[in-house]
Amino acid sequence: MSKDNLLVSLENAGIYKSPKWLIRGVSLEVKSGQIVTLIGPNGSGKTTTAKMVLNILEPDEGSLKRYTNKIAYVPQKINIDWTMPLRVVDFMRLTNNLSNNEIIESLNQTGVEKLFKEQIHGLSGGEFQRVLLARAIAKKPELLVLDEPVQGVDFNGEIDLYNIIKNISANLNCGILLVSHDLHFVMSATDHVICLNGHICCSGKPSSVIKDKAYIELFGEHRSKTLTYYQHDHDHTHASDGSVSS
Amino acid sequence: MLDDFFTRALVAGIGIAIITGPLGCLVIWRRLSYFGDTLAHSALLGVTLAYAFSLNIAFSVFVISAVIALLLLNLQKRTRLAGDSLLGLLAHSTLAIGLVLMGFLSSIRFDIMGLLFGDILAVTLQDIALVWIGGFIILGILYFIWKSLFSATVNYDLASAEGMKPNIYNMIFTLLLAGVIALSIKMIGTLLITGLLIIPAAASRNITNNPKQMVFVAILIGILSVTIGLFTSLELNTSSGPSIIVIALILFVISLIPLELRGKLQK
Repeated sequence: MSKDNLLVSLENAGIYKSPKWLIRGVSLEVKSGQIVTLIGPNGSGKTTTAKMVLNILEPDEGSLKRYTNKIAYVPQKINIDWTMPLRVVDFMRLTNNLSNNEIIESLNQTGVEKLFKEQIHGLSGGEFQRVLLARAIAKKPELLVLDEPVQGVDFNGEIDLYNIIKNISANLNCGILLVSHDLHFVMSATDHVICLNGHICCSGKPSSVIKDKAYIELFGEHRSKTLTYYQHDHDHTHASDGSVSS
Repeated sequence: MLDDFFTRALVAGIGIAIITGPLGCLVIWRRLSYFGDTLAHSALLGVTLAYAFSLNIAFSVFVISAVIALLLLNLQKRTRLAGDSLLGLLAHSTLAIGLVLMGFLSSIRFDIMGLLFGDILAVTLQDIALVWIGGFIILGILYFIWKSLFSATVNYDLASAEGMKPNIYNMIFTLLLAGVIALSIKMIGTLLITGLLIIPAAASRNITNNPKQMVFVAILIGILSVTIGLFTSLELNTSSGPSIIVIALILFVISLIPLELRGKLQK
């Protein structure tokens, strides 16, 4: 690994799709143990930027430098057709060979170890999201890219998953690139926020970004205040099936 | 034992069913039924060229199918026509070119019915060797690239992000598909090859719940279809290809029964 544990960097990168630039002039870095978050409205180029980092899309200008191959990805959308019979355990082994124990261990981390033998098609949106996250962390990646990882998850589950993500970053010391429109998490756990709208509007530490004019303009003063300062304290936690566990 | 034409057909047919099982599963997972069909239509052109230049039929069909597959990928980048339009364009124009060329070669007698629907009597020892050696190579390659190909089948972006290089393996898969069509054209015929790829795999999906199981059961259903189909063809004096496909269809209908029962039980 190179100096400062740099995992990946984009330099002035952009993607052109006729007739316009989807995103342009993006520079960013992700280092080990760091959580970098991309926020921005729909169509602002968050997913496109993530795909450049992952080398799924090649930048039409600028460049990508990567210093690791141990990468895991939680895509925003994934449709698995009924014609493909797939159990959770098969899905977990999609890109690498894992023992049953390793699989159960990471399903356990996201609270869905009971789904081990279930068909992927039978899962609810929230359960599937947890399986996606479990699959990604089972690889013990150095770089983890999460595109809207809590969509379809209920409110408490959301906080649960964000805590898991925070723990992953600490335990595996991996770098995380998170795509989110979810402002309150961004504020509590992120090291670096990049606010996109076709280009980088503003970036920096969460506490400085929320005061930035470009940020307030993009999200509106009201929303940025109510959501960003919201904190949820729960005196107990729920397992994925809803039972109270402590 | 292999002197008997029927035994030869059986040995070759079972070989083909073993290859079409896994490839057929991939074809339906990837929604490539019409792609397989297009390659099969273009096979007629391959056969005509083989006669014209005295080439090996399987070799010629493989080359033409591979060219058509690459042409399709190229056309997809150049035009905005939908995939099915391009497939129709390629399928029918190659079929037409094949038939026109056939007209020029009037000195050679073509067994059109045999080409379209397969000919049980025509299977030679060389055909058997071709099917089994070719099949061994195809399945060997498939075994090695399975993980990458499968992950790209489930989700292209995911496979690409996690270093599975889906582009290369998609290309290899296309060539394997061209290969299996080349190997099976004599037995099943150009019009019905896609049926042997898809129907056993579809039947297998109805009664299995994980990918590996689906592949193995598809192979079993394929072998059953070929065996029963060939016996029927012998008894009733029908073409071998259609007989095999009809049996596959019957097995598909039977495979629906467990699904129906499960549905009823849940009500």
